[in-house]
Amino acid sequence: MSTVAVHRDDVGSKIGMWLFIFTELLLFGGLFIVYAVYRYKNPVAFHLAGEELDVTVGTLNTVILLISSATVAMSISAVQYGNKRATLSYLLITILLALFFMINKYFEWSGKFGHGMYPGSEKLTELGQGEVLFFGLYFAMTGLHALHIIIGVTILLIMLVRIMNNKINKTYFVQLENSGLYWHLVDIIWIFLFPLFYLIS
Amino acid sequence: MSNSHNQESSYLDYKGRFKGIFAWIFSTDHKRIALLYLYSIATFFIVGALLGLAMKLELIAPGKTIMEAKTYNGVFTLHGITMIFLIVIPGLPAVFGNFLLPIMIGAKDVSFPRLNLLSWWVYIFGAAVAISSQFLGNGPPDTGWTFYAPYSFRTTTNMLPAVLGAFILGFSSILTGLNFIVTIHRMRAPGMSWLKMPLFPWALYGTAWIQLLATPIVGITLLMIVAERTLHIGFFDPTLGGDPVLYQHLFWIYSHPAVYIMILPAMGVISEILPTFARKPIFGYKAIVVSTLLIAFIGYFVWGHHMFTAGMSGTAQFAFSFLTFLVAIPSAIKVFNWIATLYKGSIQLKTPFYWAVSFLFVFMIGGLSGLVLGSLATNVHVHDTAFVVAHFHFIVFGGVGYAFFAALHYWFPKIYGKMYDEGWANTGWVIFFMGFLILYLPMFVLGIMGMPRRYFDYVDEFSRLNIVSSLGAILMIFGLIVIILNLVRSARYGKTAMANPWGGPTLEWQISSPPALENFNEIPVVSKDPYDFSNVKLG
Repeated sequence: MSTVAVHRDDVGSKIGMWLFIFTELLLFGGLFIVYAVYRYKNPVAFHLAGEELDVTVGTLNTVILLISSATVAMSISAVQYGNKRATLSYLLITILLALFFMINKYFEWSGKFGHGMYPGSEKLTELGQGEVLFFGLYFAMTGLHALHIIIGVTILLIMLVRIMNNKINKTYFVQLENSGLYWHLVDIIWIFLFPLFYLIS
Repeated sequence: MSNSHNQESSYLDYKGRFKGIFAWIFSTDHKRIALLYLYSIATFFIVGALLGLAMKLELIAPGKTIMEAKTYNGVFTLHGITMIFLIVIPGLPAVFGNFLLPIMIGAKDVSFPRLNLLSWWVYIFGAAVAISSQFLGNGPPDTGWTFYAPYSFRTTTNMLPAVLGAFILGFSSILTGLNFIVTIHRMRAPGMSWLKMPLFPWALYGTAWIQLLATPIVGITLLMIVAERTLHIGFFDPTLGGDPVLYQHLFWIYSHPAVYIMILPAMGVISEILPTFARKPIFGYKAIVVSTLLIAFIGYFVWGHHMFTAGMSGTAQFAFSFLTFLVAIPSAIKVFNWIATLYKGSIQLKTPFYWAVSFLFVFMIGGLSGLVLGSLATNVHVHDTAFVVAHFHFIVFGGVGYAFFAALHYWFPKIYGKMYDEGWANTGWVIFFMGFLILYLPMFVLGIMGMPRRYFDYVDEFSRLNIVSSLGAILMIFGLIVIILNLVRSARYGKTAMANPWGGPTLEWQISSPPALENFNEIPVVSKDPYDFSNVKLG
C-alpha cells in the first residue's frame, strides 16, 4: 500500500540528508573524542607510532579524495544543465578515484599486517600501551572510513544506473545531490583523519 | 466536518496491494506503522514486566527463592535491555508520534513514509538480535543494560548480540527522529506557524533532535565494545592502556539524554490531555514550548551525574551537579503550568485524566528524588542502591508508562473507532496505581538503609520492606492484566466512538474515528491557537 498521490519535496529530502550527515559526524565524533583523550594521555607513544605510517600514501589518498569530491560536484552541475554524457563521465571518474583510494588502502593495510602490526598481534602488544591504542584507533577509524567509502561507491553506482535510465534528469536530481553530499562527508572525515594519524608528530 | 469522511473506508479497512498481514507489515501508512509498533512494543512490554515480576519474586525473601544468582543477573539485564531499548525509548514517539504527528499538524503522512516503514523493520531486526542473546551459546548477558567496561568484554556470556541489538535499535531511533524533524519543518498545514503547533508535536520535535544528536555516540561506543571483544582492539581495556571510565562518559553522553527521549513525549501527552479534560486552554503555552527545548538542550550536559563515584575532579562534579539542578527547572515549569491549567477548569473525570493526574503525582516524586541523587553528598550515600532503582522507575515507568496508558486511553477511540469500557479502565488504573506505589515507595527506604541494587540476596533487616514491595509488584501486574484485557476486548466489542468523544480542540478530533487512509480530504487551513475551545463540538 503506498500513498496515492506521490508527494515530492526536494528541500525536505535535502534537510533529511543533512540531518543524516550530522549523525554520521557524531558517530565519528565518538572516535575522535577517544583519540583526543588517549593522545593527551600518551603523547610520546602517539608521536612515535604516527611516524610508522607512510605520509606519501596518505597524501596521495587525500589528493585522490579531494579530486573525487570535485568531480562529483561537477557531475551534479552537469545534470542541472541536462548534459547526461558529462554527468555520467564525471560520476564514473569519481567511482574510479574511490577504487584507487581503496587499492592504496589495501596495500597500506596489508603492509602493516605483513609486518605483524594488527590488533591483538604479539608484535603490537610488545610495543607498549600507547602504540596499542594508536594502532587500534588507526585501524578502527580508517576501517570505518573505508566502510563508508564502500557504501558511498555503492550509492554512486546506483545513481549511475538511475541516470542511464533517465530516472535522474534535469528536472529531478535531488537523489544525485544527496549522494554527492554523502560523498563530501566521506571526504571531510578523511580530511580530519589524515593529519591526525599521518601528520601530527 | 467531522462526519464528512464516513463514506470513505478507514485506514483499518483499506484494501491495498497486499493482503492479510502483508497489508500491515508492508504498509507505509503512518497509522498502520504506528499500530505495528504498538503491537510489537506491547508484546515486549509483557515480557519485560514478567521479568520484573520474576525479580521481585526472587527478592520476596532473603537467599535463593526462585532462581540462581547467575540467572538473576541475566534477568535484570534482559529486563533493562527490553524495557529501555525496546519499549520506553521508541515507545511514545514510535506509536503515538507516528499515529498523531501527521494528523496533528494537518498532513497526510510523514515526509518519508518508506523510511518510516524501514525504521520499523530495523526495530524488529534489532529486537530479534537483542533477544537472541538469551538463547545462543553461552547464556544470557549479565552486565546490566549499561554494558560497563571492562566487564562487558571479559564476561563469557552472549554480549555480542545484546550490544549489536542495541546498536541496531539506535539506528531505528535515529531514522524516526530524522523523519519527524523533516516532517515538522516541511509538512505543517497552511497557517500552522510554529507557535500554533500543538504541544505533543513540539515535544516530539525536541525528542527527535535528541534522538538524532545523542544516539550516534552510543552507537559508536557499542561498536567499540564489539571491536574490543572480537578484534581485541584496545579502547577501554586497562591492560591495553584503555580507560574504562571513558566508556562510562561516552555511554552516558547518550544514555542521559535518552531519558529525555523517554520523558519529553510523555510530557507532550500530558499537555494534550489536561486541557481537553479541564476544557480550558493550556496555561503558559510558550513557557511549555521553551521548557521543552531547554530540557532537550541542557539534558546534553548532565551525563556526569551518573558517575560521581567513578572518579572525576571536584570541579567536574560541581559543574555536573549544578547543571543537574538547572535541568530540573524547566520540568518544574511544566508541572506548574499543568496544575495552573486545571485551576478553575471544568473537569471531566475520565480514565485518561486519572492517568494524567497520577502521572503528575509520580513524576513529582520521581523528579524530587532525582535532586537527592543530583546532590553530591547524598549521591555518595545512595549511589547504586535501591534508591536509584526507585527514582528511575518513578520517572521512567511512572513518567513514560503512565503517559503511555494515558495516551492509549485518550486516543483509543481515534485509533480503533471504538470506546473502551470506562468502569474496567478505571478499576485497572486504581489497582495499578496502588500496586505501583506499594512496589516502589519501599525501595526508596531500602536504598537509604543501604540495600544495593542488582543483588539477588539481602540481609534480614531488609526483609519486611522487600515483602511489601514484592506484594506491590503482584498487585501492579494484576492491574496491568485488567487494563490490557479491557483494551483488547474493547478494540473489538467496544461501543462505536464518535469523531470527538472528549471535546478535544486539536486537529485529530476534527476527522472521523478511525481516520480515513489519507487523514484529510482537504488539507485544513489553520487560523486558531491549538487549544482554542471556542468552536469545539462534542460528538
